[in-house]
Parts: sequence; structure tokens; C-alpha cells
Amino acid sequence: MRLIAENLGGERGGDTVFSGIGFALADGQALVVTGPNGSGKSTLLRVIAGLLPVAEGSVRIEGGGEAFPSIASACHYLGHQNAMKPALSVTENLRFWRDFNGDGQLGVEEALETVGLGGIGHLPFGYLSTGQRRRAAIAKLLVSHRPLWLLDEPTAGLDKASEGRFAGLMTRHCADGGMIVAATHLPLGIEGVELRMGETG
Amino acid sequence: MLALFLRDIRLNIRAGGGALTGVIFFLAVIATIPFGVGPDLKLLARIGPAILWIGALLSCLLGLDRLFQADREDGSLDLLVLGNDRHMLALTVLTKCLAHWAGSVLPLVIAAPLLGLFMNMEPLSIGATALTLLVGTPAITFIGAAGAAVAVALPRGGLLISVLVLPLTIPVLIFGVSASYGATANPDPFLQPFLILAALTLFLSVLGPVSAALALRHGTD
Repeated sequence: MRLIAENLGGERGGDTVFSGIGFALADGQALVVTGPNGSGKSTLLRVIAGLLPVAEGSVRIEGGGEAFPSIASACHYLGHQNAMKPALSVTENLRFWRDFNGDGQLGVEEALETVGLGGIGHLPFGYLSTGQRRRAAIAKLLVSHRPLWLLDEPTAGLDKASEGRFAGLMTRHCADGGMIVAATHLPLGIEGVELRMGETG
Repeated sequence: MLALFLRDIRLNIRAGGGALTGVIFFLAVIATIPFGVGPDLKLLARIGPAILWIGALLSCLLGLDRLFQADREDGSLDLLVLGNDRHMLALTVLTKCLAHWAGSVLPLVIAAPLLGLFMNMEPLSIGATALTLLVGTPAITFIGAAGAAVAVALPRGGLLISVLVLPLTIPVLIFGVSASYGATANPDPFLQPFLILAALTLFLSVLGPVSAALALRHGTD
């Protein structure tokens, strides 16, 4: 499977945020998007996911087969928000996303163990700290299988140990043939091609 | 889809879900009418079905603004939109509408017979009104979903949704009330307006979610 962007441009409210972005990712590769605030990292991720229209150029996925015909169906999008309901328990949240997204991979309990949140699944999501919420949202990536992870500042709010654990998860995802596009300004600790934004455009 | 339905029902029932807000508003509206109109029992019985319908309609509009906004605020809406290839977005919207209806509007229908007593309505009239509410209120939710999807990005969209949606709900109100009257007032027919009401609900169950899905797809930013 390959993710290919050609001469990609994105705009926000009519203003061009970036243009002329091109890259090609193959199985097992990671792309780390860096750049100053406002350089269009989040916009790029949303354009790739299809949440924002493509202003120019194209981005597509090849070789996804029947299971993953489009980028939207092949990706996990982890945005600034965690997409979890504060009133529901962590387990209920994860079980919902597992059922909704399908392609179950890890069990909810296992996924929580993997991100170091074992034993707190019964708590309402709203009671968790910022870092714990982020880890619960990362567990969401693990409960259903998607080959492409689009991560927007994935380590925001995580402590050193959790960052390390998450780097391990990303490395394992790549080793299993997955692809990652991560926007960040913190070192993520993964091997990947770096795309600097704000200078090319 | 079942998972989404159950999640939304659960959210509705849990603290802060606001399932009871509509019922309490409905109760407040209907309970004040007899005081305003005065102790003319005949008049109350005559306007009863119309008042129940208007009260239910307004209560339905009350919680609509949160239908998609809550999901948008915590980022779930992005993921629901991205799931379009697995679960068609219109079906996702339909499921959310049904969950909203079951959680927030069904209590209104259940409360309606009790509130009918406030209006000195006969048992037959109460039954007919409750039945028309049961059949007609989903249509209001479906239209409301389209309004809620259009106004999803506006922080205080509630009033705008009401203004957008209210004119479109008028046919539902007209046929709902005329069917309720048809059950008791003799020359008036019951079945014809009731069937039109059912047809409106079925028609809007397609049109509402499809247009809401369209609005949501173009509203992500």
C-alpha cells in the first residue's frame, strides 16, 4: 500500500496555508511533519484525511484493495481532541469505537494495558488527567486496525515514560507494515522521513 | 450502528444528557395553559390536542442543537464523517436521530396522556393525540437534524435551528392536529390526515438524514 501526495495545497478560510507538498509513503514508513505554529501541519493532516477539501494537487492511496479503497477508510485520525465522551467510562468509549470502526485487533482491556492505563477502564473519561486522556485516545488506535495513522501532536500532554511507550507502539505499527503521518514539534523517537513545512511553501 | 445508538442513548440518560429537559419544558407549557385560559373546561378540551402538539413541537426543538455539536466539540464528529465508507454518513445521522428521538422525544409522547388530563381531554382524544405524536414527532427530529447539521459550527445555534426548522415542521403540526381532532369531531376524518402524517415521517426520514449528512460533510473545518 502506498500513500502518495503530489503538489498538494491546502487552504483555510480562502487563504493558502501551504502548497506544493509532495511525498510518497510505502508500507512501514513514517513521515514526521514539523514546522513552526501556523505552518499548516494540522491542515495538511486534515486535507490528507479528507476532512478539508484539497485546494490543488492530489493525495491518494494505492493498493488498498477492497478493504481500504480510500484514505478515509484506511486511516486513524488522532486530532487535537480525543473524540471520547466524558460522561462514559473509558471502557465504554473504547468499546464503542471498536464496534463502530470494526476490524477489531486488540481487546479493550489489552489496549488499555498497552498504553499503561490498566485497571482504570471503569472510570468516567472526564475524571482522567490530560495525559491519561491522551493515552486513552491512543488506545483507540489499537482497538481497530487501520494501516495509516494520521497523528496531530500525538504526544501533547504525555510524560517521558508514555512518550517512550508510544514511540514503541509507532515503531511496532511501522514494523507490521503500517504507515504513519505525524505532525509534531517534539521529537517523537521514531525513524522517519522529515517534512519541514513553512519553508517550502 | 447499534453501538452508536446505544452510546447516544446512554449519553442522553447519563448526567448532563438533558433527556428530561424537554419533558420538564413540556410539563411547564401545558401546566400553565389552564391557568391562562381559565376554568372553561369545554374550551380546554377543545384546544387540548392543538396545545399538546404545539408543546411537544417546541419541546422537540429544545435539545436539537446538541445533536451534532457535542460530537463536534470532542472530535467524534470527524471520526464519524471519516467512517463514511463503512457506515454511510446518512445512516449514521439516521441512527443518531433515532437515538435522540428515543432518548429525548419518546418521554414527551409518554408524558402526553398525563398532560392531556390537565386539558380535560376525553380518553379517546388523549389516545389519538398520543398516537399522532408517536407517529409525527420523528419527522420533527429528522427535519431538526438537517437544521442542526447546518448550524453545527455556531456556538449558540439553538435559536437559529428553531427558526430554520419551525417553518418546515408546520405541515407535520397541521396534519398531526387535524388527525387528533378527526378522532373525536365526527364529520372530520381521522385516517387520511393520519396517513399523510405517517407519509411525512417516512419521507423526512430519508430527506432529513441525507441533507444533514451533506451539510456535515461540507461543514468540517
